[in-house]
Amino acid sequence: MIENVNPAMVNWARAQFALTAMYHWIFVPLTLGITWIIAFYHTIYVKTGSEEWKNLTRFWMKLFGINFAIGVATGIIMEFEFGTNWSNYSWMVGDIFGAPLAIEGIAAFFLEATFFAVMFFGWNRVSKRFHLFSTWMVAIGSNLSAVWILVANAWMQHPVGQAFNPQTARFEMHNFADVVFNPVAVSKFTHTTSASMLFAALFIISISSYYLLKGRHVKMAKRSIVVAAVIGLLASGFVGFTGDEAAYEDAQHQPMKLAAFEGLYQGKKNAGLVAFGMINSGKKVGDDQDPFHFEIRVPGILSMLANRKFGSFVPGINDLVYGNAEQGIMGAAEKIEKGRVAIAQLDAYKKATKAGDAAAAQAALSLFDQNREYLGYGFLEKPEDAAPPVGLSFNAFHVMVVLGTIFPLVFLAFLYYSYRGTLAEQKWLLAGGTIMFFLGLAAHEAGWVVAEVGRQPWAIQDLLPVTVARSNLTAGTVQTTFFMFLILFTILLVAEVSIMLKQISIGPEEN
Amino acid sequence: MIALWIQNASHAQLQELWWLLCSVVGSLFLFLTFVQGGQTLLWQVAETDTDKDLIINSLGRKWELTFTTLVLFGGALFAAFPKFYATSFGGAYWVWILILFTFIIQAVSYEYRKKPGNILGARVYEGFLLVNGVVGILLIGAAVGTFFTGSNFVLSQYNLVTWTSSLRGLEAAFSLFNLSVGLFLVFNARALGAMYLLNNIDFTDNDGLEERLRAAAYKNFLYSLPFLGWFVLQIIPMDGYGIGQNGEIVRVTFKYFLNLIEVPALFISLVFGLLLVVTGVMLTAKTSARCGIWSSGLGTVLLGLAIFGMAGFNNTAFYPSKVDLQSSLTIYNASSSLYTLQVMTWVALLIPVVLAYVIYVWKSMDSKKMSLVDLGGRGSY
Repeated sequence: MIENVNPAMVNWARAQFALTAMYHWIFVPLTLGITWIIAFYHTIYVKTGSEEWKNLTRFWMKLFGINFAIGVATGIIMEFEFGTNWSNYSWMVGDIFGAPLAIEGIAAFFLEATFFAVMFFGWNRVSKRFHLFSTWMVAIGSNLSAVWILVANAWMQHPVGQAFNPQTARFEMHNFADVVFNPVAVSKFTHTTSASMLFAALFIISISSYYLLKGRHVKMAKRSIVVAAVIGLLASGFVGFTGDEAAYEDAQHQPMKLAAFEGLYQGKKNAGLVAFGMINSGKKVGDDQDPFHFEIRVPGILSMLANRKFGSFVPGINDLVYGNAEQGIMGAAEKIEKGRVAIAQLDAYKKATKAGDAAAAQAALSLFDQNREYLGYGFLEKPEDAAPPVGLSFNAFHVMVVLGTIFPLVFLAFLYYSYRGTLAEQKWLLAGGTIMFFLGLAAHEAGWVVAEVGRQPWAIQDLLPVTVARSNLTAGTVQTTFFMFLILFTILLVAEVSIMLKQISIGPEEN
Repeated sequence: MIALWIQNASHAQLQELWWLLCSVVGSLFLFLTFVQGGQTLLWQVAETDTDKDLIINSLGRKWELTFTTLVLFGGALFAAFPKFYATSFGGAYWVWILILFTFIIQAVSYEYRKKPGNILGARVYEGFLLVNGVVGILLIGAAVGTFFTGSNFVLSQYNLVTWTSSLRGLEAAFSLFNLSVGLFLVFNARALGAMYLLNNIDFTDNDGLEERLRAAAYKNFLYSLPFLGWFVLQIIPMDGYGIGQNGEIVRVTFKYFLNLIEVPALFISLVFGLLLVVTGVMLTAKTSARCGIWSSGLGTVLLGLAIFGMAGFNNTAFYPSKVDLQSSLTIYNASSSLYTLQVMTWVALLIPVVLAYVIYVWKSMDSKKMSLVDLGGRGSY
C-alpha cells in the first residue's frame, strides 16, 4: 500500500506541522479568551456610559487586534498543510475530517470576520447596542471555531463514527453525531477554552501589573485586574475540572499517552501520580535503565485519575508494547502481526477485484475484516515504535500541571489585595504579575505538546501512523518550506511583540 | 421538503450540488479579490499619504471577508472532494505553498503597516500587499487554468498521488493558457478594486483620487480583455476529458464548447457575466455613477460560475491528469461519501443566513463613506 517511506521527509513534515501549530498556538488562546473579557468590558461601558470603561475596552481591543492578525496569518497555513504535507491523510480521512473544517468556515469564521470589522471600526458608525452585539459575536465566533477544530482534532485522538471502506481504501463517516459529541471533543473544547480564558486573564494581569509598578493608568489597570482576576479564578476551576476529564479520556482511549506523560513503564494497581521527579530521557522502551533519576509519587492517585477507581490497574508502556496476558492487554507486537495480515488482504482484495475474481475478493475481504481494527499497526516496523517520546511528554505534562496549580493562587492574591485596596503597594506581587503571561504561554504550549506528541506515532489513533499519512515529497522540499515558515513567522512574531510593547508603552487613549 | 430532498437525493445529485456550492464560494472569492486588486492600485492611484491611507483603510474593512472566503473554499473542497484536495495540494505543492505565503503576509500587513515599532517599515508591508495582489491572484488563476489544461500526476490503486513534475505545480505558470487566466484575474481584480474604492470612499475633501480610480477601472478592464479573449479563443476549440460509457475517462473533442452548448445555464452565465462586467466598467468610466462594483462584481461571480461549471459539469474531468488519463478526477470519483455529503448539505443551509448577516453588516458599516475623519486615532490602519 505504502512504498518507499522516507523517514527524513516524515520527520521534516512533522517538524513543519509542529512549527506552524506552535506558532499559531501562541496567538490563538489569547484570542479565544480575551474576546470574552473585552465583551465584558464593553458591556460595562454600554451599561454605565463611562468614557473610562470605553477607553479601557478600546485599549484591550487594540492589543487583541494586533494579536488577531498574526493568529489569522499563522492559521491559514494549518488548514492547507493537511493537503500539502499530509495528502495521504487528506484522502484517507477527508470524508470525516474535512466536514468540521468546512463547518468551521461557514459557521464560525464568517461570524468572526464579519463582526470583527464592526467591533473595531463601528464606534461611530453603528448604534451602541449593535456595536456591543458585534463584540459578543466576535467572542462567540472565535470560540465556535474552536469547537469545530477541536472536534476535528478529537476525532484524530479517538476516531469514532467511522468505518474503513476497502473499495475506496479510505475511512468514511457513518455517524456525524458520534463525531461531534465524541467525549474527547467535549473534554478538549472545555479544557482548551477555559485554559484560554485563564491565559487571557494572565495577559491582562501582566500588562496591568506593569502599569501599576510604573504608576501609570492606575485606575484602568486596577479595574482591568479585578475583572480579569475574577474571570481567571473561575476559569482556573474549570481548567482543573476539565483537565481531570481530559486525563480520564486519555486513559480510556489513549492509554499509551497517559503512560508516557506519567513516565509509567510498568503498569500497576493502585498506581501513584508523580508529584515531583526527574525522568531519565536516555531510557528506551525495553531496556533495563531506571525510568527516573528520582521521583516522588502520591500513591493511588493515578489509578483514581485514570479509572475513577482506587486500586485499579493502570497499564504502563511495557504492557502496551509487549502485552500483559494477566490483564488481558494485547501488545503492539501482536497487533502489528494482525495489521500486516489486514494490509496483505486489502492488497489481495484489490487485485482480485481488478481481475474480476469475486470468490478470491470475498475471501480476502473476510480475512481483512477479521483484522481491520489493527490496520494501522501493520505499518509499524517494530512494537517499540508504538510508544511516543516519553521524556518530552512527561516534562510537558508536569510543567503544565505545576503552572496550572500556581495560577489560581495568583488570581486569589490579586483579588485579595484589590479588595483590601493595597494592590498598588504590593510590589512583589506586581513584579510576579508581569511575568504571568509568559508562564501562561509556557503552560499552553506544554499542553499542546502533551496532546500531540503524546499520541505519536499516530496521525489517527491506532488507524493511521504519520509515516503513512504524509505526502509523497522529498525531504529537501519540506525542509525548504520548514525554513521559509520559520524565518517568516519569526520575523512576524518579532514585529508583533515590538508593536505590542510599543502600544503598551503608549497605553490607552485618554479622553 | 428540503429534509426530504436531502434524504432522498442520489449520490450523483449531491455531488453536483456540492460542485455548484464550491463554485459559488469560489466565484464569490473572485468577486472579493477586489481587495487584492485594490492593494495593487496603491502605487498608481495614491499620490499622497492620505490617498494611501484612505485606500488601505477602505480595503482594510473587507480583507478578512476575502480571506475567510478563501479558507471556506478550501474547507468545502476538502469536505466535498477530498481526493482533489489531497491530489492537488499534496501534488502541486509549490504553487499552493506560494499562494499561501502571499496570504500570510497579507494578513498582518493591514494591522502592522502604520503601527509604531513594526520593525519592517510601512513600505515593506505595502510591498506585501502588492505581492499578495499580483503573485497570489496570478497563481490562483494558473491553478484554475489547470482545470482545463491538466496536471502531472498519477494515482495509485489506493488513490495516493505521485506528482511527476519536479516543479511540483509551478509548471502550471509556464502555460500561456494558465497564465492568461491568472492575468485576467489580476486585471479584473484591479478593475473591481478601483470600482469598490469609488463606492466606498468619500471624496469630498480629496482632489483627483476619484478621477484616477475611474481611469484605473477602465484601463485595467481594457488590459484584462486580451487575456480573457485568449482564454475564450483557446477554450472553444480545446479538447477536454469526459466520462465514457463504461466510466473510464476519454478524450472529447471540443469538450468545453460542447459543455456550453449542452448546458445552456453555463452559456447564459458566461454571456451575462461578461455583459455585467462591461456594464459596471462603463458606468464607472463614462458616467458619475459609483455603483459599478455591483454590476461588475455580479458579472465576475457569473463568469466564475461559468468557468467552474464548464470544468466540472456535463460529465467532465475537472482535474485531468496529463500523465495517466484514468487518474483524472471527476466530481463523481473525487467526492466524499453519500452520508458525508448529506451531512454537509444540512450544514449548507446556513449559507443564506451567513450571506444575510454579511450583507446587513456591509450595509450598516458602509452607510457612511470612508473619509478623512476615519483616518484619525489609533484605531485606523
